[in-house]
Amino acid sequence: MNDNVLIKGGRVVDPASGLDSIMDVFIENGVISKVSGGIENPPDNCSVIDSAGLLVIPGLVDMHTHLREPGFEYKETIATGTRAAVRGGFTAVCCMANTNPVNDEPAITRFILSKAASDGACPVYPIGAITVGLDGKNLAEMASLADAGCVAFSDDGKPVMDSLLMRRALEYSRIFGKPVISHSEDARLVAGGVMNEGLNATRMGLRGIPWAAEEVMIARDIALCELSGGRLHVAHISTKGSVRLIREAKARGLAVTAETCPHYFTITDEACIGYNTAAKVNPPLRARADKLAIREGLADGTIDAIATDHAPHHREEKAMGFDDAPFGISGLETALALSLRMVEKGVISLNRMIDLMSAAPCRIMGIPERRIAEGSVANITIVDPAVEWEVDPASFVSLGKNTPFEGLRLKGRAAFTIVNGRVCENFKGD
Amino acid sequence: MDNAAPLGKDLLGIKELKRDDILQILETASAFKEVLERDIKKVPTLRGKTMVNLFFEPSTRTRMSFELAGKRLSMDVINVSIQLSSVVKGETLLDTIRTMEAYGADIVVIRHSSSGVPHLLAGNVNASVINAGDGFNEHPTQALLDLFTIRRMKGRLEGLEVAIVGDIAHSRVARSNIYAMGKLGMNIRLVGPPTLIPAGIETLPGVKVFHRMEDGLAGADVVMQLRVQKERQDSWFFPTISEYAKLYILNSKRLALAKDDAIVMHPGPINRGIEISSDVADGTRSMILDQVANGLAVRMAVLYLLSGARA
Repeated sequence: MNDNVLIKGGRVVDPASGLDSIMDVFIENGVISKVSGGIENPPDNCSVIDSAGLLVIPGLVDMHTHLREPGFEYKETIATGTRAAVRGGFTAVCCMANTNPVNDEPAITRFILSKAASDGACPVYPIGAITVGLDGKNLAEMASLADAGCVAFSDDGKPVMDSLLMRRALEYSRIFGKPVISHSEDARLVAGGVMNEGLNATRMGLRGIPWAAEEVMIARDIALCELSGGRLHVAHISTKGSVRLIREAKARGLAVTAETCPHYFTITDEACIGYNTAAKVNPPLRARADKLAIREGLADGTIDAIATDHAPHHREEKAMGFDDAPFGISGLETALALSLRMVEKGVISLNRMIDLMSAAPCRIMGIPERRIAEGSVANITIVDPAVEWEVDPASFVSLGKNTPFEGLRLKGRAAFTIVNGRVCENFKGD
Repeated sequence: MDNAAPLGKDLLGIKELKRDDILQILETASAFKEVLERDIKKVPTLRGKTMVNLFFEPSTRTRMSFELAGKRLSMDVINVSIQLSSVVKGETLLDTIRTMEAYGADIVVIRHSSSGVPHLLAGNVNASVINAGDGFNEHPTQALLDLFTIRRMKGRLEGLEVAIVGDIAHSRVARSNIYAMGKLGMNIRLVGPPTLIPAGIETLPGVKVFHRMEDGLAGADVVMQLRVQKERQDSWFFPTISEYAKLYILNSKRLALAKDDAIVMHPGPINRGIEISSDVADGTRSMILDQVANGLAVRMAVLYLLSGARA
C-alpha cells in the first residue's frame, strides 16, 4: 500500500475533533495531513479510498483482549488475534496477562511486545498481572512491568480475593499512575456456577452465578479505590446493580471507570438454553433487566467503554459439557456491528459509540488517542454502515470460533482499517 | 549549661516538646560535644544518679549510646533486657518498673514494641522516663541527634529541604523527625511507595509527600534514608526487595539530584544495596557515623536536663 492515501467523500465523524460532515482525509507518510471538504487532484503516487456512503471514524481500540500467546497458541496467537482485531475495525488492543507464562515479569511483557512488533497487525499494549502467577498471593513487580510497557494491571480471569492485597495493589499503582483493572467476581459466591443464577439455570439443572458475586466485589473495590487513591477500572460489568454501583461511585467523584461487552447489551442467559457452550461466558449472560440497565449505562455515561473481552477457545474445548467447557466469547469480529446496532436502535448516538470504543479506552489506558485531525497518526476505521451480513464463525480470522451470535444478521462492519497509516481492506472481494 | 531551664519530668516524644525545648537540648548537646572532644571525656555531673536501660526490643546502638552517655556523666547504669527480666516470669510492666524505682532509679530509658508504653510508665512512676523508641510512635533522641547533626553541618535548620525516604508508615524515627522539623520550620519531603505513607501525614506542618525519588530529592539539603524491613514484602507493601531497591535506593546518580552540598543520613543499621548504595554510605557526604557520635552528646544533654528537672 502506498504511503499516501486519500479517503474521499466519506462522512467524517470525530466528536473529539468536533467533526461530522462529508469530508476528505489525506494521509501522507502515515500522518493525517489534511482534513477538509473536497481535496481535488490528489497527487500522484496516492491511493484513493472512495468512501461515499461510508463512515470515517477514529480507529477503534479494544481495551480487553485475550491474545493467548504465549502458551495457548492453539486458541489464538498474537498474529491471528491482531488480524481479527483489524478486521473488526480495531487499531490497537490491550492484551490480558493470563497467558502461560503469565505476564507477571518484564521478560514476558518484552516478549509480547516484540512478537507484536514482528507478527502483529496492530499495536498491542500489554496488561501486567497484579499478582505473581495470578495466584492472588504476592504482588507482581508492577513498577518493573510498567517500565517494560504494561499499560494497566489485572488478574483478569481471576479475582483478587484478598482485600488487603487489592488495597496494596491500588496504592502501589499510584507510583506510576496506571489503572488496576478489577475482574469483579467473588469466587466463594460463584461456588462452581456456570451461568447466571435464575430460572433458566434452574430449568437446565445448572449451577448459577448470582449477580451478587459481581456486585460485592465491585462494591469492595470501589471502597478500596476511595481508600487508596488509586485508579480503578472495572472490567466487563454485566448486572443492573453493577451499573448502579459505578454510577454512584462516579457521582461521588471517585477515580472509577467501567467497561461492558457487546454480549451483555445484546443477549441474555436465554442464549444458554440447549446447553449452548458458545454462550458460556464469565461474567455470565444475565437477565433482561440487566441487559436494559447496561444499555442505560452506555447511554448516560456510567459505562465508559465497550470492550470485547475477546476470549478465543479451541473448538474441542467448547465441545465439552456445559460444566466443563471454558468461559469465553470470541468477540473482536462482531463488536462493531453489535455496537452499531445500539446506534441503529437509538440507545446511543454514533458520537457516543465512538467515545465508548475509541477515545475512552485510550484515555483510560493512557495510550495515544485516535483523532481525525491534521498532524495525528492515521489510525482510522472506515465503516460501511449499510452492509448486511450474517455472523459465520467459520469466516472469522480469529482462531476462536466461539460466538453465541452465529447466524445473526447484522448491519455494518469495518470496510477498511487504517493502522498507523497502513491501509487494510477487510472484506476484499466479498 | 549552668542556666539550663529544666524540661518536664520525662522525654516521651517530640510531640510533647516545644520549639524552645528542642533548641535548648541542641545547645546543651553542643556543650557536651566539647566535653567528648577532650582527653578525659567523663564529667562528674550526675554522680550518684542511677539510670536503668529497660529494653523490651533488641537494640545495640541506642542502648550502647544511652549507657555510654550515662557513664560519661558518672551515672550508675543498669541494663535490663527482656530476656533477663522478670517480665517473662509474669510480672507486669508496672511492677517491673516499680522494682527499678525501689532500687533508686532516677531515670528509666525504655524501648518497647508497643506504642504508648513509655507514656503508661511515666504516669505511674516518679523516675524520669526517656522513650528510646516505642512501636511506630516516636524515637525522640534519634530525631534530636539528627537535628544536631544537620545543624552542625548546615549551620541552620529553618528553611532546609529534607527528604526522608522509605518506610514512613512503620518508622518512629521518621515520625519524631517530622514533628521536630515541622516545629523548626524545615520543609519535609516524605518519599516512598503509597503503601508505606501513613494516612493523614501530608496534613502535618511542613510535610509534602512524593512517590518517586526523582521528585522528592530534587534540590534537597538533606537526604535521610530509612531502613527497609525485608518482611514488609510479605504484607505486600511492595512486591519484592529488588523492586523496592530499584525504586528507592539512594545511589550516587540519585544523590546528584539533591543540592551539591546535600548530606546523607541514615539511623542505621543500613542495608547496603537496598536502601543505600555502598559508595554513598561510605562517601564523603555520608553522616552515618557522625550521627552515631553525635547521639552520645545529645543523650548526655537529655540526661542532664531531665536530672535538672528532678533536682
